Amino acid sequence: MFDPDVTSPLDDGSPAITPVGPVSRAIIRCRASDIDLVSNRIDIALPRAACRSVQDSGLSALWLGPDEWLILNATPADSWVSELSARLDGALCSLVDVSHRQVALSVHGPRAEDILATGCALDHSIAAFPVGMCTRTMFAKAEIVLWRTGAANFHLEVWRSFARYVEALLREAESER
Amino acid sequence: MLIIRCPYCGERPELEFAYGGQAHIARPLQPSDQNDEDWNVYLNLRANPKGWHSERWRHIHGCARFFNAVRDTRTDHFLATYKMGEPAPEVPST
Repeated sequence: MFDPDVTSPLDDGSPAITPVGPVSRAIIRCRASDIDLVSNRIDIALPRAACRSVQDSGLSALWLGPDEWLILNATPADSWVSELSARLDGALCSLVDVSHRQVALSVHGPRAEDILATGCALDHSIAAFPVGMCTRTMFAKAEIVLWRTGAANFHLEVWRSFARYVEALLREAESER
Repeated sequence: MLIIRCPYCGERPELEFAYGGQAHIARPLQPSDQNDEDWNVYLNLRANPKGWHSERWRHIHGCARFFNAVRDTRTDHFLATYKMGEPAPEVPST
């Protein structure tokens, strides 16, 4: 259940790295044949293209795998996932509330790509990692979900227990010139 | 670092992947019908070639899907990666 009072493990923002406020999160898994039905029920079209995201009126659906999506709700609510669950009644899919499993960081500014490159082996250039691309990957030894929300804006989801570790490495990279 | 092509996500660094053993080993439909020798072959005996090897990999820190690959065990060169259920590609003679 969503509890806005849960303490963030993250420190306050630095110029290029800012904790993202409370977000409701859910993982949806379903077969390819059920994507249309599930998309209709939850009011957002689950992207079929690999590593792509869809945003629609406060909701974001991030492709994590061919049968797995991360749904983010920018207006967190205690009842959101149970409402989704009710709407998905009868649809063959899995829905898991992961609101508190992970926290989010925003990495932004002209050095965002360089800061991420210190711990993540992907090519973060705009040609290889365009706006809207999202993927699960590794940052140093921690698994993250990296999502490019703008040319100089990245949204990074990390499991709560790894958050301080990832944050410290990002801040150290930010401090280097 | 090795670059491995995931059939779903494209080319990714090797640290996102986990090895999953030899590929294309079908579990017997009726294990109880197997005699000891056949069961032993299914359970324990694996190829150990010097050269091309069909094997399972998992993009565990990416899309989390299993897929199959043909890799040269001498050089770590990947000939091909392909989705589960697809036939193995032609392998050049080693």
